[in-house]
Amino acid sequence: MNVPNALLHRRDVVNELLRDRNDLLVVAGLGAPNWDISAAGDSPNNFPLWGAMGAAAMLGFGLAIAQPKRGVLVITGDGEMLMSVGALATIAVQNPPNLTIAVLDNERFGETGMQKTHTAAGVDLAGMAAAAGFKTSRIVRTMSEVTEIRDLAHHGNGPVFAQVKINPEALYFVLPPADGGILTTRFRQSVLGDGSLYN
Amino acid sequence: MADLKKTEPNRNEPVALPTWPDEVYRVLKEADVRQVGMVPDAGHSRLIRAFEADPQARVITLTTEEEGIAMLAGAWLGGERGVLLLQSSGVGNCINMLSLPMICRMPLLMLVTMRGEWGEFNPWQIPMGQGTKAALEAMGVIVTRADEPHLVASTVSGAANLAFNTWRPAAVLIAQRVLGAKNFKELARK
Repeated sequence: MNVPNALLHRRDVVNELLRDRNDLLVVAGLGAPNWDISAAGDSPNNFPLWGAMGAAAMLGFGLAIAQPKRGVLVITGDGEMLMSVGALATIAVQNPPNLTIAVLDNERFGETGMQKTHTAAGVDLAGMAAAAGFKTSRIVRTMSEVTEIRDLAHHGNGPVFAQVKINPEALYFVLPPADGGILTTRFRQSVLGDGSLYN
Repeated sequence: MADLKKTEPNRNEPVALPTWPDEVYRVLKEADVRQVGMVPDAGHSRLIRAFEADPQARVITLTTEEEGIAMLAGAWLGGERGVLLLQSSGVGNCINMLSLPMICRMPLLMLVTMRGEWGEFNPWQIPMGQGTKAALEAMGVIVTRADEPHLVASTVSGAANLAFNTWRPAAVLIAQRVLGAKNFKELARK
């Protein structure tokens, strides 16, 4: 697992990021990251996106400032993050301490035929996040580095950005509920209590 | 000519300092708005200053308006209410992102200052200004419009109630006539 040149497997990465997750709130970008967090165990504290490409980082940010006492972990893909790369500037300026963004970077648009993304040509997302002002921004290639990101997401002084280089493998889908109303209602009920049902 | 201009009021400018932004601020405070996402517009500047001075609210400058749609979805999931301040040109940037509040039955309140209509000087503002209402309605956003300064606050209040009580996106279009039209040709002469 710790061989630096062997690409990590995405579900190993996600399982480690979510290990002993306790009250961590998790947002997943559309596509494989959605199936990955669901494969690790569906939870009302997950908000898996099925669309709205480019939403993941900013949705996690809005959640993080609304819930400053809880850790918020955004897990998304390189294509999804590239679509909203300006969000890195917006978030870095606001400097939310409880937000971690982990990009599972397979250098591909995985859902549409494995076409190469910009990161395949060397675009350095972690460098862009660092240049925007993220206190911690890393390229991650080993499981021990994933564990460090996991610990930062749970306890760290963020914001944290991680570009996790992973194997471009296509895995079986594990689907969470698809209905946005169900996902929203169960998340709010879990985080805010039964009172949220009564508006 | 220049001297004459100084004494003659420009009929395109509002005569008195507008106070409707202060009323809108009070309406949004009553609605418990905490997150204010914005790409600035001159028409929103007084409201933005009011929120910047408010320790209970957080003003977040966005690089593009659709960031605000996603941010306010996260706010709702975390139990906070917000508002998105934008110009009509920014509505076009939001279209696919509006899927999120629509399909998740989340409230979204958008205050849109209009360009590309009454008194517009810049032809490049016309396409999106004229398409703003249709674009929002195509994505299921409930659109109301304020054409007079004294109607802005009550229109915002109605839209806020609609958004936060029925859990859906609502937009208020603040007419260019309320804001006063710029004239770049006059500015260029100075």
